[in-house]
Amino acid sequence: MNTLVLLKMVPDVVEELEVAADGKSLDTSFLRTIINERDDHALEQALLLKERHGGKVTVVALDAPDIDDTLFAAMAKGADRAVKITDVPEGLTTQTAAKLCAQALAGLLPADLILTGVQALDDLDGLSAAIVAHQLGLPYIGVVTGVTADGPTATVIKEFAGGVRGEFAVTLPAVLGVQAAEKPPRYVPVAKVRAMMKTQKIETVPVAGDVGAATIEVRQLAKPVVSSHAEMLEGSPEEAAAKLVERLAQRGLI
Amino acid sequence: MAVIAEEANEITLENLWKTAEGQRVLSCMQCGMCVGTCPYGDVMDYPPRRIIGMLKEGELDTVLRSNSLLTCVTCYACMTKCPRGIKLTEVLLPLVKELTFVQLSDVPSELQRALENTLRYGNPMGESPRKRADWVKTSKVPIRILHQDRRPTDVLWFVECYTSYHPRGQDNCRATARLFHALGIDFAILGNEEKCAGEAARMVGESGLFDTLMDYNIKVLEKYEYNRIVTSGAHAYDTFKYQYPPRGFHRPVEHTTPFFARHLDQLKPKLTKKLNYTVTYHDACVLGRHNGFYDEPRRLLAAIPGVRLVEMEHNRANSICCGGGGGGMWLDTYYKMKGYERLSERRIKEALNTGADVLAVSCPYEVSRFEDALKTVGGDKKMIVRDVTELLAEALEE
Repeated sequence: MNTLVLLKMVPDVVEELEVAADGKSLDTSFLRTIINERDDHALEQALLLKERHGGKVTVVALDAPDIDDTLFAAMAKGADRAVKITDVPEGLTTQTAAKLCAQALAGLLPADLILTGVQALDDLDGLSAAIVAHQLGLPYIGVVTGVTADGPTATVIKEFAGGVRGEFAVTLPAVLGVQAAEKPPRYVPVAKVRAMMKTQKIETVPVAGDVGAATIEVRQLAKPVVSSHAEMLEGSPEEAAAKLVERLAQRGLI
Repeated sequence: MAVIAEEANEITLENLWKTAEGQRVLSCMQCGMCVGTCPYGDVMDYPPRRIIGMLKEGELDTVLRSNSLLTCVTCYACMTKCPRGIKLTEVLLPLVKELTFVQLSDVPSELQRALENTLRYGNPMGESPRKRADWVKTSKVPIRILHQDRRPTDVLWFVECYTSYHPRGQDNCRATARLFHALGIDFAILGNEEKCAGEAARMVGESGLFDTLMDYNIKVLEKYEYNRIVTSGAHAYDTFKYQYPPRGFHRPVEHTTPFFARHLDQLKPKLTKKLNYTVTYHDACVLGRHNGFYDEPRRLLAAIPGVRLVEMEHNRANSICCGGGGGGMWLDTYYKMKGYERLSERRIKEALNTGADVLAVSCPYEVSRFEDALKTVGGDKKMIVRDVTELLAEALEE
């Protein structure tokens, strides 16, 4: 079971995000990035599969600030190989970034599975993994919460709304967008990460080719307007419900 | 009292028997005093007595696999009571905890989050490091931040994490600042440059994280001129005193409670407001058992007009741990899932039994732990928790 895991860094929202002077992008002066939480789950799922079935786990990421720390931490957790895609052009969108990743991943095949997070803070539509699958011509299942690999196919648990879960059989190789690993991502002691930094190397591959111009342009980035009014509907449940219906009707919502 | 830090720092399990401390460990007569005094001795698979026995027989792997030492809250009780004087909490237990931690297949989730946060943000709660000094804006007295004003200072006040971020810890900060100010002490803080001193990381067995934090803090602390470090963190005090010197960091360090006790003659005339509290004092493990500060907090409390001091059944060297040490601060859920009694609840019941209306503490872990425990045992209408500094500041003239 050889698995490629696509990781990326996203803004760390522990720090307040600020809009840059251009009004279109994030102010990077205090911005810190952190591994996308869902990608961390994708890595955990890959490590669980390796523990169950053997094989190798390769982590792959576009070059970004702090990415080396993330890749070494992934190796300290049990990934066998780390590949960084370098010479990344600026101004990538989810679509163009996914295409670049797909080009790099194509050079790392064959693999049984390509795992990545189903969503990211800057890709809430969950497009990235699906675009990668499309580019590689591989099947894709998203919102995955469990994987059992058995020979040429894998059984995949996919989460739906309302607590419904579906079980899918998928022919390998396939791309999976991971919602959550079967258990929370593991801890890696700092000493192990430091040891990896001393003994392991991150491989680099330059961006393979042109991905074309972005089809989406960011015109404006703005913080949500802060407003502060809340009306508490007093009275018995029946009275409060009647007032609520009245308010909704006033606004033409019912 | 303590093993010389330089010696302790070089001891490993491999060379243990060649060291003086190893010879002391060999002298263990398996009396079981450590088990009897351990607050979790009744639930721990391998309490210190059995660890020593297993170690002698080359069976340590069994101990490590049991994860037994996740239940060690490093309260120094076993070490204090050992008739052979084995420095369990200083040397042997941290070594075994480190090996236990490295092979843990699953780190309990709250602890994992606290450790990851401490590495990334310099505090276990995962708050922004850029907001570490935000509490300063709420102080009634001016507070100098060294990276904004580098003039030498008498006291470098190392505030620590719970004091910087936790709302009740910030009460302690504001009180401490008022006391410094009232005493006319020239003090300053590191502000957002400060990161966790790392004691909990070391004592839970995450030595790599401890080393990272220590290396960082030493670099920052070496940038400025000051006469002494005074810290609000009881655990920070302990680690600055015993663990930082082997890395070449030799600055005088005090904890706020003994520091104010040393200034009691100047402070006492300023404590003019009568408080009318019956107070019982909880001895923090690291300040009491490990460093012998039993009288200092009691002298401070006794100096407050209207305070009547009563003692719990277990006090001074026999004090029961709040359960927050050795990573226990983030293992409450783990202990609860195992069916263990929370030590903060065991302790708060003793405090309530005294009939006191205030539980006084000196360690920033304890305010939130005991306030939570009071709610859990239904005692929050009968007792409040206050740091000694808060009570002193309350008694200060306005």
